[in-house]
Amino acid sequence: MRPEPLIEAAGLAAGYGGAPAISGVEFALAAGQTLALLGPNGGGKTTLLRAVLGELRPVAGTLCVGAACGTVPQTERSRLDYPVSALEVAMMGTLSQLPWWRRPGRAEREAAARALDRVGLRSLADETFGRLSGGQRQRVLIARALVQAAGVLLLDEPFSGLDRPSAEGLEALIVELAGEGRGVVIATHDLEQARSCDLVLCINGRQVACGRPEQVLADVSVLEATYGGAIVEIPGSEGRAILPPHHHHH
Amino acid sequence: MLQPLQEPFMQRALVEVTLVGAAGGALGCWIVFYGLSYAAESLAHSIFPGLVLAAIAGVPLLLGAAPAIVLAALAIALCARIAGVSREAAVAVVVTTMFGLGVLLALSPRSPPGVESLLFGDVFGATNADVATAAGLAVVVAVGLRLLHGQLLIAGFDRGAARSLGVSVPFADAALLVLLAAGTVVAVQGLGNLLVVAVFVGPAAAARRLSSRMLPMMALAAGLAVLAGVAGLYLSYYAGTAGGASVALAIVAVYLLSLPLGRLARANRPSEGYDRRMTEPEPST
Ligand SMILES: Nc1ncnc2c1ncn2[C@@H]1O[C@H](COP(=O)(O)OP(=O)(O)O)[C@@H](O)[C@H]1O
Ligand SMILES: [Mg+2]
Repeated sequence: MRPEPLIEAAGLAAGYGGAPAISGVEFALAAGQTLALLGPNGGGKTTLLRAVLGELRPVAGTLCVGAACGTVPQTERSRLDYPVSALEVAMMGTLSQLPWWRRPGRAEREAAARALDRVGLRSLADETFGRLSGGQRQRVLIARALVQAAGVLLLDEPFSGLDRPSAEGLEALIVELAGEGRGVVIATHDLEQARSCDLVLCINGRQVACGRPEQVLADVSVLEATYGGAIVEIPGSEGRAILPPHHHHH
Repeated sequence: MLQPLQEPFMQRALVEVTLVGAAGGALGCWIVFYGLSYAAESLAHSIFPGLVLAAIAGVPLLLGAAPAIVLAALAIALCARIAGVSREAAVAVVVTTMFGLGVLLALSPRSPPGVESLLFGDVFGATNADVATAAGLAVVVAVGLRLLHGQLLIAGFDRGAARSLGVSVPFADAALLVLLAAGTVVAVQGLGNLLVVAVFVGPAAAARRLSSRMLPMMALAAGLAVLAGVAGLYLSYYAGTAGGASVALAIVAVYLLSLPLGRLARANRPSEGYDRRMTEPEPST
């Protein structure tokens, strides 16, 4: 018998009132699997993640999420001058486990410190969040999800703006966390990273394709439908496509 | 220094600015981080007709201000629902209407003399009842901020993730606005309609430059607000300037002082001389 999927979507559509921003979304993610979400800017990656998170209600179809979701949102400037330390951000993951009148205490502090240790940031626990590097900030947000005991990790363009070594370190951490039985969804612009995931879902308003990367990414028509034909393949990059209009994020 | 303390009106004024400053300063940090400075100013202006009516009827100002603020909030919510009217436009329309109404009432023959004290405050006129109300407010704000701290921190940091972390963003927003409304209604007695926003925004903006953690920032803002309040009262006592305006002026002075101090504090922080982001290696797992 196959294990119950952590996330299952069928004919899912969601949006912000008016015409749905995404539709026809159909996938199942099991424990331990990683899913890469590919699409152009405005293609609906963030919208799909918000639907999984329960922030947006489906306007059609069904969406079942069988575990707590931890989220690593897209980088936002306003968060950078917020007066919190790395430890305080990780401790945000404990709030839902506390009764409303209690403040986080020693036990919560220790849980947060352990999670920071787990993502390799113990020594930076007292640093201001906004003064960490991009890769370190993503790790802090992952630590927050670990404190939440999230069974599903949602990462929105976690590699954007990271240099190569940071991105590789982060990728290794994500693979490890999936290996412990979590389901992981990663919105990304990097086809190479998508290739190393268990599943790839291409979305451009509508879902274009979903399946194993070797099938989905081998099909040029799928990539064209996803990115609207704006793909430039760098010669000698062995399939590592560069997508000029999309690769910078906002 | 101690001589003014002999005067009962000065004693009451000092207690009043201490209570209002402590509550307003701490609350103001959230107002600043939630981008609610404009909302704070609007709320204050929109209670003007309520204040004038209370003055005409000869009842405590609080009884006029409270219904006015609720009315303004409802009107803003309603106007914002009209298609094509943005929230900001709704606020502007409602606030100007309410303030205009207040001016009309204030100019009517039935309005008592001294309406300008509603605009600029009358901190030396604080009665024992006013001081007791301010004490009540300080307690409500302290308890409210203590209970809401975790939720406000999360909703202000990361609205998108708040729900999954067990925080309702609409609830956090509404709770903060309720505290702000309560604070405005009480602080308006001393500082007046036009200046009350200063106590919420000024000390918090100064503290923000001097501190990089929320709780120390709130404590600092409260302390600065009290300090400015007391300094303003002394200035007013000796220089004979208007009470509310002197306090507001002292708050502005505190903010201006925080500009160079903030730069110094940043330069002296140990890891800020070089950019840690560049030198700290990414951990590998
Ligand atoms: N808060 C919002 N309100 C209305 N429309 C939105 C909102 N956020 C995104 N959209 C629209 O939904 C579509 C998908 O956006 P998004 O999910 O952010 O794409 P991506 O994350 O792939 O760049 C876009 O057309 C965008 O304009
Ligand atoms: Mg996005």
